[in-house]
Amino acid sequence: MVLVFAESPRGQFKKAAFEAVTYGKKAADILGVSCVAITLGSVKDAGELGKYGASRVLNVSDNAYDHFDSQAYTSAIADIAKQVGAKLVVVSHSSTGKAVAGRLAVRLNGGLVSGANSLPVVSGNGIRVKKSVFSGKAIAEFELSASVNVLSLMGNAVKPEVSGAAVSVENVSVNSQKGRVRVKSVRTQEGIVPLPEAEMVVSAGRGMKEPGNWNIVEDLAAVLGATTACSRPVADSHWRPHHEHVGQTGIAIRPNLYIAIGISGAIQHLAGVNNSKVIVVINKDPEAPFFKAADYGIVGDLFDVVPRLTQALKKFKSQG
Amino acid sequence: MKFLVCISQTPDTTAKISFNGDGTEFNAAGVQFIMNPYDEWYALVRACEIREALGGTVVALNVGPAANETTIRKALAIGADEAVRINADPKSAAFTAKQIAAYAADQKFDIIFFGKETIDHNGSEVGAMVAEYLDLPYVSYASKLDLNGNVAAIEREIEGGVEELEVDLPFVLSAAKGMAEQRIPNMRGIMTARTKPLTEVQPVAFDENSKVVQYTLPPAKAGVKLIDPENMDELVRLLHEEAKVI
Ligand SMILES: Cc1cc2nc3c(=O)[nH]c(=O)nc-3n(C[C@H](O)[C@H](O)[C@H](O)COP(=O)(O)OP(=O)(O)OC[C@H]3O[C@@H](n4cnc5c(N)ncnc54)[C@H](O)[C@@H]3O)c2cc1C
Repeated sequence: MVLVFAESPRGQFKKAAFEAVTYGKKAADILGVSCVAITLGSVKDAGELGKYGASRVLNVSDNAYDHFDSQAYTSAIADIAKQVGAKLVVVSHSSTGKAVAGRLAVRLNGGLVSGANSLPVVSGNGIRVKKSVFSGKAIAEFELSASVNVLSLMGNAVKPEVSGAAVSVENVSVNSQKGRVRVKSVRTQEGIVPLPEAEMVVSAGRGMKEPGNWNIVEDLAAVLGATTACSRPVADSHWRPHHEHVGQTGIAIRPNLYIAIGISGAIQHLAGVNNSKVIVVINKDPEAPFFKAADYGIVGDLFDVVPRLTQALKKFKSQG
Repeated sequence: MKFLVCISQTPDTTAKISFNGDGTEFNAAGVQFIMNPYDEWYALVRACEIREALGGTVVALNVGPAANETTIRKALAIGADEAVRINADPKSAAFTAKQIAAYAADQKFDIIFFGKETIDHNGSEVGAMVAEYLDLPYVSYASKLDLNGNVAAIEREIEGGVEELEVDLPFVLSAAKGMAEQRIPNMRGIMTARTKPLTEVQPVAFDENSKVVQYTLPPAKAGVKLIDPENMDELVRLLHEEAKVI
């Protein structure tokens, strides 16, 4: 049995939950078992997880789970894992999943791959799973040999795939610990896809010269429906908010498309973005190191190139 | 107040990563090692700031061989009062967590600090594991921490936002950007670091149930395709037809 914890921040699934269930279903097929999903707290349309391959969807409806606490969540998920006889427990590699994955591994006495990005392969002593290490500079293949193992799944590692139909939700109760962290408030920006989940990212660096010039970056992001990001010096000098800082010391992302504007491509910057599927670099310096990591490059002045690209995309979109 | 700050040693951010012939071990030859930036800039500095304001002791802990003592002395130079080195090769996150938990179990630390992840294994695992071993609350990705008596007020980074929360001491925390600013050790710090206590502790037994069987380097990029800056229609066409991302 593969057990997937489908997280539902503020009562709703996000892409991460559908990715985790899709992954759980594929892993279950490989291991020749079924895939069960568990949700905690009040969740809208939990049965939808059936579409992504969960044969059963369980819910612990106690509203104590409406706020995250790693102890309460871990003990609930571990209790369900024991009830259903899980061999593999999958969580998302998110702010929630990362805080429970390690706890779960200790509690279940299992092996852990945190940030897994490949499907399991059955091997002599258990299963093998890969993850990116050294900030994207290498790949490590782990072998997990415990009787129950835990994976946290990297965002954008699989695409959500519909393979079945919605199922009815089963209410279950658990023997769990009470959370001791008291959540006072949650502030989120509405209407923007957070960077770790974004499929397209438009990012800009010091080549922008000053914060007042960012409108051309925002216009480009708007036509694409992309999230904006920036290099570290840009965030450090408060040209852009901290949560936009990507790289080794900022957020690590792996979107399908990363457009880097006026960013030199220092190794610490690349460490956070080099897992992007396609990289476009716009820089006036043909020697900028970023071109070595790029799929498409434009050597030119960003103040000309970026508005031109925005126009070309508008034309493309209007032709449907 | 008694704080434990767990520090990891990692290859420098600019290090070239390579492995031995059969890809089973990291090749450390010629690699410069540093204190993991999140442990140093955020966890250690914030622990020292709180100690400076409220009094108490900051203990820096590293699981590693004697060669790591340069990194440990740097933690003392930045401001830790004493240090502990658990004398073992930190083979895995699970091994490391077990060692830290075994050491901390009877020490009554008020807060056990970690960085949000290491820049070599990028796992974000050890803090959560230690919290579970010690049956303590765990707050990860904390970007702000203030103490009011026995209660900590914390801001925690979540996807696209921030959570404000409170938790009573003792607890485990992992620190992210925003928590503190990097501190460069001054001459006095460096001098006093030499005489601060550094205790060696022997590791406890641990059965591994996960191990790395193979390291590989990512496939090299095919090479950049340069596009005429006057012709952005061509870039759009390639993104649509060739790369299939729009
Ligand atoms: C331990 C450590 C950790 C770090 N972590 C990070 C991190 O997480 N993220 C990060 O980003 N950095 C990080 N850095 C900093 C990193 O080394 C670089 O200094 C930084 O990424 C450079 O930012 P930049 O590319 O915006 O600026 P610059 O390096 O100044 O590059 C600006 C670029 O813009 C181009 N340009 C200028 N004008 C134009 C124009 N009109 N049109 C087109 N192009 C133009 C220039 O050719 C240049 O390539 C870290 C450094 C250290 C030491």
